[in-house]
Amino acid sequence: MSAKLDRLVRQLKDSFGDRIGEPVVALGEVTVAIPAESYLDAMRRLRDDPALRFEQLMDLSGIDYSEFTGYQGKRFAAVSQLLSLTHNWRLRVKVFAPDDDFPVVASVTEIWNSANWYEREAFDLFGIHFEGHVDLRRILTDYGFVGHPFRKDFPISGYVEMRYDPEQKRVIYQPVTIEPREVTPRIVREENYAKGSGRG
Amino acid sequence: MADVKNYTINFGPQHPAAHGVLRLVLELDGEVVVRADPHIGLLHRGTEKLAETRTWLQTLPYMDRLDYTSMIPSEHAYCLAVERLLGVEVPLRAQYIRVMMDEVTRIKNHLLNIGTHALDIGAMTMVLYTFREREDLFDVLEAITGIRMHGAYYRPGGVYRDLPDQMPKYQENRFKNAQTVKELNEARNGGLLDFLEDFTNRFPVYLDEYHTLLTDNRIWKQRTVGIGVVSPERALQLGFSGAMLRGSGVEWDLRKKQPYEVYDRLDFDIPVGVNGDTYDRYLVRMEEMAQANRIVKQCIDWLRKNPGPVITDDHKVAPPRREKMKGSMEELIHHFKLFSEGMHVPPGEAYVAIEHPKGEMGVWAVSDGANKPYRIKLHTAGIPHLAATDEMCRGHMLADATAVIGTIDLVLGDVDR
Repeated sequence: MSAKLDRLVRQLKDSFGDRIGEPVVALGEVTVAIPAESYLDAMRRLRDDPALRFEQLMDLSGIDYSEFTGYQGKRFAAVSQLLSLTHNWRLRVKVFAPDDDFPVVASVTEIWNSANWYEREAFDLFGIHFEGHVDLRRILTDYGFVGHPFRKDFPISGYVEMRYDPEQKRVIYQPVTIEPREVTPRIVREENYAKGSGRG
Repeated sequence: MADVKNYTINFGPQHPAAHGVLRLVLELDGEVVVRADPHIGLLHRGTEKLAETRTWLQTLPYMDRLDYTSMIPSEHAYCLAVERLLGVEVPLRAQYIRVMMDEVTRIKNHLLNIGTHALDIGAMTMVLYTFREREDLFDVLEAITGIRMHGAYYRPGGVYRDLPDQMPKYQENRFKNAQTVKELNEARNGGLLDFLEDFTNRFPVYLDEYHTLLTDNRIWKQRTVGIGVVSPERALQLGFSGAMLRGSGVEWDLRKKQPYEVYDRLDFDIPVGVNGDTYDRYLVRMEEMAQANRIVKQCIDWLRKNPGPVITDDHKVAPPRREKMKGSMEELIHHFKLFSEGMHVPPGEAYVAIEHPKGEMGVWAVSDGANKPYRIKLHTAGIPHLAATDEMCRGHMLADATAVIGTIDLVLGDVDR
């Protein structure tokens, strides 16, 4: 397997040189960061280059890095999981949105039609705008929803709740009445805490 | 000719053929679908966001609730992702149990799909037969986990416990007399593996029954042949996977191409369609059931001969055995830490995909070293398939929209997450 990954990494370097970030091999997977300006061209090349041939975009999702332990860098990224049936390999592509306050990256719907709903979802949940997407509507949240719920600063209980109001005889929205509570605190332990030391 | 405007109707969210809470806005020209716009999210529970506030182990039962018609394989994808991040070895017996349960679920899923698909387009009888067999498979899960549907059986590092030596039995009551109970219990006198083996022996006969009912049925063919045709090129463009991709003639199955667990030791074939229409996808699913049955048989054989541990002995990941915990302070601490604070997963990210009955189920797990996931992205097979409804319905009659929704094997829990 690793010989194959080496081949993929070499091929990426041959095809793109320094126009893309350094391919990172970890846990048997290859990740590459592509700068936002060359994103669209690089993605098209990834699909069309016979030596790479990523026919399928299996997944595209947003991520908000703002609370990642020890992380400094751009806040939002769109991450795609590409799959090549010809070569039977996978690649993860990250593109960071240059502006944290108004994240915009190019849309790949023209290259892979499957990106349509994934980009709508990333827009809905993270507020990442995909330039060139023809139908960038909300997809998962309620009609008329305000905010982007998967951002780290969006509370898990949200801002509004809905109930049936017997007087108005319709469903109404009102500010949430529940307090978010944390049962298990989030803890980051020292390095190698999990590795192997627990053998009984 | 009179000027006729296009007509827009809502299909769902409460339509029996919408398989849950799908709202499909159909624009019709007469009875021909011009545009189909699926509105999803009515079942959105924010599983991925919830996962960020739960420990790695607490997140696991949410996976069952994604695709609530084939629960166990979703756990599988999640466990594999966590295991890859942790670098934990899974005992071989646990791998066989997982594969066996995945295939049992595949049969279960396809039974539901074919039964309800036929029901949607007018063959009422099918669902009665397929649900009869599904009941046996639910009993299997119930015997193992105690719960018929949301088992929470797989754990990072293995499976929760070994297969039971006894099957629960029917008891006499005022509705069932001694004779009936004896007949019902005939297959249940041994352990779980005996029950399952009995099922795998009976199942090919059932499968033949389904073939007799549908495969050459004229009405079934009229409703499915040439409906929702997807060419192989379009299937790739639209991100299809699983039976939807294979129905279009693309030979791609993760169990063969990127084998996980013990699939590379098992003997099975991958059925592939030719025309990429609804009928071909139906045939692919039927054959997949026969192949899944073969895999289950092989797993039963292996599991009979090879007893052993079913979960890793790394107690930072899996709890220690009860009796050891009672006797040793260290094990007690492990147990307490594991269930209060949870396991710590080293920083990193992993995308693991498995061949879920509906297609590729992928889990992209990102960890920053904490006891909770930083981000979990669930790629479920239903999303790209439903996104393609527009393309598949266009130009077909209104009644064919139902056939298309049936063929994509839609479960909204899976799509909305």
